[in-house]
Amino acid sequence: MLGNLDFDVIRRALPYLFYEGMTFTLTLTFLAALGGLIFGTALALMRLSGFKILGRIAGIYVDFMRSLPLVLVIFWFYFLVPYIGQWVTGASRPISVGAFTSSLVTFIMFEAAYFSEIMRAGIQSISRGQPAAASALGLTYAQSMRYVVLPQAFRNMLPVLITQTIVLFQDTSLVYVLSITDFLGAASKVAQRDGRLVEMYLFAAVVYFTISCIASYGVRRLQARIAIIR
Amino acid sequence: MIEISHVNKWYSPTFQVLTDCTTNVTKGEVVVVCGPSGSGKSTLIKCVNALEPFQSGDILVDGTKVNDPKTDLPKLRSRVGMVFQHFELFPHLKIIDNLCLAQEKVLGRGHDKAQAKGMQLLERVGLKEQAQKFPAQLSGGQQQRVAIARALAMDPIVMLFDEPTSALDPEMVSEVLDVMVDLAREGMTMMVVTHEMGFARKVANRVIFMDRGEIVEDAAKDDFFGKPRSDRAQKFLSKILSH
Amino acid sequence: MNYNWNWGIFFQPNPMGTGTYLDMLLSGLALTLKTAALAWVIALITGSIVGVMRTLPSKGANWFGFAYVEFFRNMPLLVQLFLWFFVLPEILPRAAGLWLKQLPNAPFWTAAIGVGFFMSARVAVQLQAGISSLPRGQKMAATALGLTTVQGYRYVLLPMAFRIILPPLTSEFLNTIKNTAVAITIGLLELTGQARSMQEFSFQVFEAFTAATILYLLVNAVVVTAMRFLERWVAIPGYITGK
Repeated sequence: MLGNLDFDVIRRALPYLFYEGMTFTLTLTFLAALGGLIFGTALALMRLSGFKILGRIAGIYVDFMRSLPLVLVIFWFYFLVPYIGQWVTGASRPISVGAFTSSLVTFIMFEAAYFSEIMRAGIQSISRGQPAAASALGLTYAQSMRYVVLPQAFRNMLPVLITQTIVLFQDTSLVYVLSITDFLGAASKVAQRDGRLVEMYLFAAVVYFTISCIASYGVRRLQARIAIIR
Repeated sequence: MIEISHVNKWYSPTFQVLTDCTTNVTKGEVVVVCGPSGSGKSTLIKCVNALEPFQSGDILVDGTKVNDPKTDLPKLRSRVGMVFQHFELFPHLKIIDNLCLAQEKVLGRGHDKAQAKGMQLLERVGLKEQAQKFPAQLSGGQQQRVAIARALAMDPIVMLFDEPTSALDPEMVSEVLDVMVDLAREGMTMMVVTHEMGFARKVANRVIFMDRGEIVEDAAKDDFFGKPRSDRAQKFLSKILSH
Repeated sequence: MNYNWNWGIFFQPNPMGTGTYLDMLLSGLALTLKTAALAWVIALITGSIVGVMRTLPSKGANWFGFAYVEFFRNMPLLVQLFLWFFVLPEILPRAAGLWLKQLPNAPFWTAAIGVGFFMSARVAVQLQAGISSLPRGQKMAATALGLTTVQGYRYVLLPMAFRIILPPLTSEFLNTIKNTAVAITIGLLELTGQARSMQEFSFQVFEAFTAATILYLLVNAVVVTAMRFLERWVAIPGYITGK
């Protein structure tokens, strides 16, 4: 029962939880979002380009990633990345990569599929007159994308992109399956060591909940502001 | 039949949509409500069966106070037929099922009896052959006639029409108005929000002119079309009749 | 790549004595589908109730719906599973907690309930959007015919709303299937879990995960095809979704 809970265990673990765990979680979230957005935008451009084969490849990649559970993808890359590293560097045996690199590659590759769908919707929402106007001014295809279409698509989709990043932030907790010390992993390790599962998991829940809530409140505010500007 | 007295309605403390509206519709009477858009005429007619709440005043339908919290509103509404601007047929139900739904679920009629009643009314509005179709397969004029039949299936004591022809293509207006004229001639009590002055001339007993949430003019048909007293009604009439 | 491929591994007996490695994976697939099915039932029922609450005129119901969705949406699924699995039995009264801990198949029930409630928030959001996308007049027409609020939802709003949100519900169902893999963390030996144990026993990493991947893709294809048929089956003649 709640009576014999020891919340002091949380206070003692705070430095570990945040300096080690949360730093890992936030860094992973931020870099994966950035990488996922760049790679995802590239995928979206491939799908919308005139080249059928490019579009096909991007489409298959996106559908493939979206069909698989993230946990399975995490396992895949955990075992695959050393071999990819060997292939890239030309080493004689699979190279060992750190937990962070492995997770980062996983999340960039996985999230790119989701970000690409968002960016594709964003690009398609821009009226056809915009790229037409850009090419009428003499801009090349690449220039009109770079300076006219993408900035608008990105701005229109900003709330959705941030919402997806909140999902990503929560999803990073799944690196738990690799025994990595992200925020939840840190909480879990303290929980097991001190036999204080209830306290640690409740605390982890509260922290994730608070951060996600504040972020999604921010998204709602942003949406309201965008709605007014339009 | 319908008594509206001193009804006031605000959307917000600073925005009043209805100001001290008072009028009545007696049994067998056809009353046309007209006025420029935003004048509150649609809001007023929706207050009659409490689709819209209002803050002060009273509305009685057949002696029952609609703004009394103790009133059984579903029961009252089932006796007041209503036809909407955009038809509002239920798209997932066949035409005949649109007519049967409320008969069965509200009045508790048996399925066969409801079907028979529905077919009889479809025949009356000339759409018996369409009974097994879905609303989206019918033209706007046909849909609105079905909507009228759907309201009639409840054996209403009064019919409310909220701009029944304004969402229709011009060539379909008359098929709907014909049904309404027949209904009026049979003695149905009707309150009709419309811009169709031809309809008003043909069957209305009285015409109410509203502007900015007020009832500006409430006169017998001939008086209204003969010599409207207010400037605003005169201006409105000259605009609407000039073409 | 210096990796020893051995595709024959699937037909070798697994160390648990439950047949071949392939049998092991297939039993994982069965558990994935069973867990997802139960979770989806929970998600649909509670999600529909909450989704409807968010569209009711009552402030209280609205607020509850909002709080419910925020609660289940702002915590990682993994953390929610831990709360159900490790925390709930401890904070319940002793007897109830003990009963929970001794439940056979605890990972299965926890996964189904945890994933079910997690997904219910998403179903609620979809349904709310579906209901809000219906014309306001539909609800009014139902009300005007005398249907109660419950009848209006049951016979008019929900049949349309569910048809409209069928495509997004398909993806949410696929998400439910994928999300059961998170339950590997509480010891559920579903498909991903079995692939992982196969890898640990046999060291044939890539064969194990390739097989799991193919099975997930197959399930996806089957669900998508089935939902296409369902969509066609409930489609309304003449009605173009998305207007």
